[in-house]
Amino acid sequence: MESYAQDSRSGDGGVAQIAICARKLTACATSMGARSRTDRSRRATSAVMTSLTAVCTLLAVSTLIIILSYIALRGIGALSFRFLVDPPRPVGEGGGIGNAIVGSAVLLLLSCVVGIPAGIGTGVYLSEFGGGRFGSIVRFLVDTLTGIPSIVTGVFVYAVVVLRMKHFSALAGGIALALIMVPIVARTTEEMIRLVPHSLREGALALGAPQWRVTMGVVIPAAASGIATGAMLAVARVSGETAPLLFTAFGSRFFPRNLNEPIASLTVQIYNYAISPYDEWHAQAWAATLVLMALILSINIGVRFLTRKKFS
Amino acid sequence: MSTSTLLINSKFAVGSRAALAERATKIAVDRLNFYYGRTQALQNISIKIPEQMVMAFIGPSGCGKTTFLRTLNRMNDVIPGTRVEGSVLIDDQDIYAPGSDVVDLRRKVGMVFQKSNPFPKSIFDNVAYGLRINHLSASKTELEDRVEQALQDAALWSEVKDRLKSSALSLSGGQQQRLCIARALAIRPEVILMDEPASALDPIATSKIEELIVDLKKQYTIVIVTHNMQQAARVSDLTAFFLLGKLIEVNTTEKMFTAPAEKVTEDYITGRFG
Repeated sequence: MESYAQDSRSGDGGVAQIAICARKLTACATSMGARSRTDRSRRATSAVMTSLTAVCTLLAVSTLIIILSYIALRGIGALSFRFLVDPPRPVGEGGGIGNAIVGSAVLLLLSCVVGIPAGIGTGVYLSEFGGGRFGSIVRFLVDTLTGIPSIVTGVFVYAVVVLRMKHFSALAGGIALALIMVPIVARTTEEMIRLVPHSLREGALALGAPQWRVTMGVVIPAAASGIATGAMLAVARVSGETAPLLFTAFGSRFFPRNLNEPIASLTVQIYNYAISPYDEWHAQAWAATLVLMALILSINIGVRFLTRKKFS
Repeated sequence: MSTSTLLINSKFAVGSRAALAERATKIAVDRLNFYYGRTQALQNISIKIPEQMVMAFIGPSGCGKTTFLRTLNRMNDVIPGTRVEGSVLIDDQDIYAPGSDVVDLRRKVGMVFQKSNPFPKSIFDNVAYGLRINHLSASKTELEDRVEQALQDAALWSEVKDRLKSSALSLSGGQQQRLCIARALAIRPEVILMDEPASALDPIATSKIEELIVDLKKQYTIVIVTHNMQQAARVSDLTAFFLLGKLIEVNTTEKMFTAPAEKVTEDYITGRFG
């Protein structure tokens, strides 16, 4: 090899390199001869597997694109500025989903006010003090709560809140959505706080900080962007819920005036219009769906934005 | 590595034996046993650490140096399933006595960790953290003064004075470690425990930290765990050698690296095992 190296330095590089390559190839061929069959089948398996995963990816992505573009196609026709700000009107008179957009916003706000603090509190408890038996019971219950179908939550809130109050209300809707949010926020908060290095806690403890100050002043701020991401994902999740709202917020054809009365929401409005017999309402349901998708998409993009800034 | 090179490097330690006799005892540990669950990590450790001196703990990995260091500010309390027997007196107060306040203890006994662990906050807020939580400064100007003082003591001030508001995580590894030292110094502890403070740093950053340690012992009692024998020789006055959870030998650093009392200490120092 040394002589080749000298050759290449003396300006005869090309020839020398070819010589090296040729020699290496021969060496490869002789040593690989026995293995070439297994090698070929390995390559074949790899190619098949790679194309299989590509097909699966294509299926998943194309389904999403088809759904999105179909909704856009069907929905764009009825979409207009008036549609976004007007309340519903009888069939044939136009009308819009202004009250439903405001209603959905109110319901989401209500559920955030109740659900996010409760969820974060639970998550902090689980990660910081949930080491024992009680902690693991709570963790199991939270996991179970995540798996409860949302309609069950709706029926539960109907029985506990709506029947007591004797009427549907925005409040009941907010509670139902909050109940769905709590376990999601709790588990993401717990995971995010667990990711905070133990060395940070020890650093704070070694400076004479009591446990609660370590949690509040060092651990939670260090996990803050992750916790915010979890909360936003929970919001995105409940903003698409319909079933629990049917039993609680019920829906309304007017702009909301207070929290103690039934309130409209995009999802329930879509449901009501979609099962109606009128073509005009069907078109409005498609347009409302498009608006809902756009809202959820923008929440998800917001989440992405937050995650990207995570470790600045 | 021969003992003669170590001797040349131990210039700081020369004459320490004479000084040793005059120093009062800061930390007195008596028959300390420590357990992780059922595993006994430390066996019957008794040692006296004099004030305003640097004591180095050396020994192979897993011998209990760090565990022992962490018993001195009850940092092991946060690890579940640990148990301590025996007594640790700091200024004649038993830190494991019932009713002894762990927050007060840690205010008095600062710690610098092996891996620098700045909080994800600004440089200023990192140093100010201990002052704020312990309510150690009455006014904003006093807070700023003490932060500056701590950064100067940690030989970091000139490098960061123009960017106190930027993130501590933007500093280099060596700067981060000096920031952690500044953070510990800010609350003016009496004892500083250092757990291999330079093990993740390059030689230049290491020498800065070593100079700092030598400088700091004028005011503080320093206990340092190190894997680096030359480092122990360079910075410490006294050296303790640990092996398998036992304290084998304590001596002046000078004596330890030239004429250790125990054969096994000599074997370790000269690199025959470990």
